[in-house]
Amino acid sequence: MIDTPRFARLAAMTWARSLEFLRDRSALGWNIAFPVLMVGAFAMVFSGPGQPLFKVAVIADAPISAELHPFFGAEHVLFFKEVAGEEAIGKVGHHQVDLLVDLRAQPGRYWVNEESAKGETLEKLLAVAGGPKLERQATSGERVRYVDWVVPGLLGMNMMFSCLFGIGYVIVRYRKSGYLKRLNATPLTPFEFLSAQLISRLTLTMIITVACFVAMTSILHFRMDGSYLDLFVVTLLAAISMTAMGLIVAARVSSEEFAGGVLNVLSWPMMVLSGVFYSLDGAPRAVQIAADVFPLTHLLVAARAIMLEGATLAELGYNVGALALMSVVFLGLGTAMFRWTQD
Amino acid sequence: MSAILEVRDLVKQYPKVRAVDGVSFDVPEGMCFGLLGPNGAGKTTTVEMLEGLVRATAGSVNFRGAPLGAGYRERIGIQFQHTALQQFLTVRENLNFFSKLYRKPASLERVIARCRLADILDRDTGKLSGGQRQRVLLAIALINEPELLFLDEPTTGLDPQARRNFWDLIREIRGEGKTVVLTTHYMEEAYVLCDELLIMDHGRVIARGSPKRLLSQHYNDVVVELPGAALNGRSEWPFALVQRGELVEIMTADVNATVSTLLSAGVSLAELKVRPRSLEDLFLQLTGKELRG
Repeated sequence: MIDTPRFARLAAMTWARSLEFLRDRSALGWNIAFPVLMVGAFAMVFSGPGQPLFKVAVIADAPISAELHPFFGAEHVLFFKEVAGEEAIGKVGHHQVDLLVDLRAQPGRYWVNEESAKGETLEKLLAVAGGPKLERQATSGERVRYVDWVVPGLLGMNMMFSCLFGIGYVIVRYRKSGYLKRLNATPLTPFEFLSAQLISRLTLTMIITVACFVAMTSILHFRMDGSYLDLFVVTLLAAISMTAMGLIVAARVSSEEFAGGVLNVLSWPMMVLSGVFYSLDGAPRAVQIAADVFPLTHLLVAARAIMLEGATLAELGYNVGALALMSVVFLGLGTAMFRWTQD
Repeated sequence: MSAILEVRDLVKQYPKVRAVDGVSFDVPEGMCFGLLGPNGAGKTTTVEMLEGLVRATAGSVNFRGAPLGAGYRERIGIQFQHTALQQFLTVRENLNFFSKLYRKPASLERVIARCRLADILDRDTGKLSGGQRQRVLLAIALINEPELLFLDEPTTGLDPQARRNFWDLIREIRGEGKTVVLTTHYMEEAYVLCDELLIMDHGRVIARGSPKRLLSQHYNDVVVELPGAALNGRSEWPFALVQRGELVEIMTADVNATVSTLLSAGVSLAELKVRPRSLEDLFLQLTGKELRG
């Protein structure tokens, strides 16, 4: 049964916070303008023939070197280790890598996208490199434009800043200005206050993200192979987990400068390591593992899989599970650590 | 008169300081109860324990005979000295918001009329004058029709006119039978508004009583004030003198005799003033400090 006074307090707090955000025109404008400007800029910059670097994914037990195969001594080509599976072949199909080489069995094999000019060039390089002959496996697929790939990254990044700073910074400001002390003098409980902040921020972030997505897709016609509902669920989970991260930062701090520093320490590595602008394929394994602790990484992997490969939530169990787990843990920690006033 | 708050052996120990050191007193119902003390005396910590915002290390606070419980915040109102409100919201929206936090809110019309807010209801709370802002904060403190109202230096920073207007408001609230606990730095305010005063220093109660009773308990004399220069450099007098800036104060129970002595010594009485003892004098005597340090 709904506790009416409790629900009324929660609704009142949510409404007050939402009004405050919506009337802060500079903050609202920035939240909407930032992703649009970024996507527009990236679409312009990367609308040409693409980056000149060749990328070759290698599945092998031994380290990649010219001794393993003379082809790996080729210059101007990035060779990196890949995990075997359909996903690896899919990357060739989507032009994310130009060639996939698998040396685990004899004879070895390679996959090339027949619609890729870079793949064709690399195939010729492979032929003249010598060494053991590899079996050719052909695949095909539409080219994924950089803008298709970068859109989830930019929207995710905007969401991350909005969730972290929109919660973390605001609560710290409330505490510093004495507003939390004022609320503490009322029957409002910490749970109600934090829930209201979370609901308000989530609602507004999701509305802004969806609106930006719809507006941008009508102009740039992004690729969308999967389900919009699945994409929404993943985005919502990521927004919850990142907002809850902001709650942890804001739980006790009353210095905006300190909170800003902590939020930057969280957001910048997340932006760099989660693959917002560039794929982490080819990055050291340790970096890829480290990136797994960030909710943004799981959001981007899942969103790109849904949009570019048509993946379903069931196929993205690891990422969805990680986001759900982070949401629960961060929310629990943020609530447990919360204080109305500074210690 | 029954006590609405009973405070017994209240202690607050912080890691490096004992802010409140075994304080006991009652707050009688329906009174305006003033709490005075120099900076660091422990009055803010004491009030925050009475408000239920800070947990006591030892001792007890009872509200109507029972420990402060879950419903306590529904029954009290607090006006803090330093507090912000939700930004970009009007006075009306802020009042609406706070009223929804309580099970039994007061009628908004009544609160608005009582605090004279009708003309500023649609104004952004960030654009109010000091006096208007204090009236809004008072309205928020009254939004649940509290039985007990805490006012923390409510007139600090206000001009004399706004301060006097605010005093009228507090008198009206007090006239409705509500109990008010007031902390203030203004002795005149305490004298005019409070039925009973508690003076604290070093975490302890050093005096308690009505302003008039406290003064009569400690003094049976008046103060004669003169410019220091009027004494012509003479330092030997048959009465005690205290230098305060350019003024000298003579504490005497017999004004006529004092004036005669001054006249016979050739002192000009052109700028002589006689005033009764004030709370400021008492405070200074008890604590050794000016209230505004």
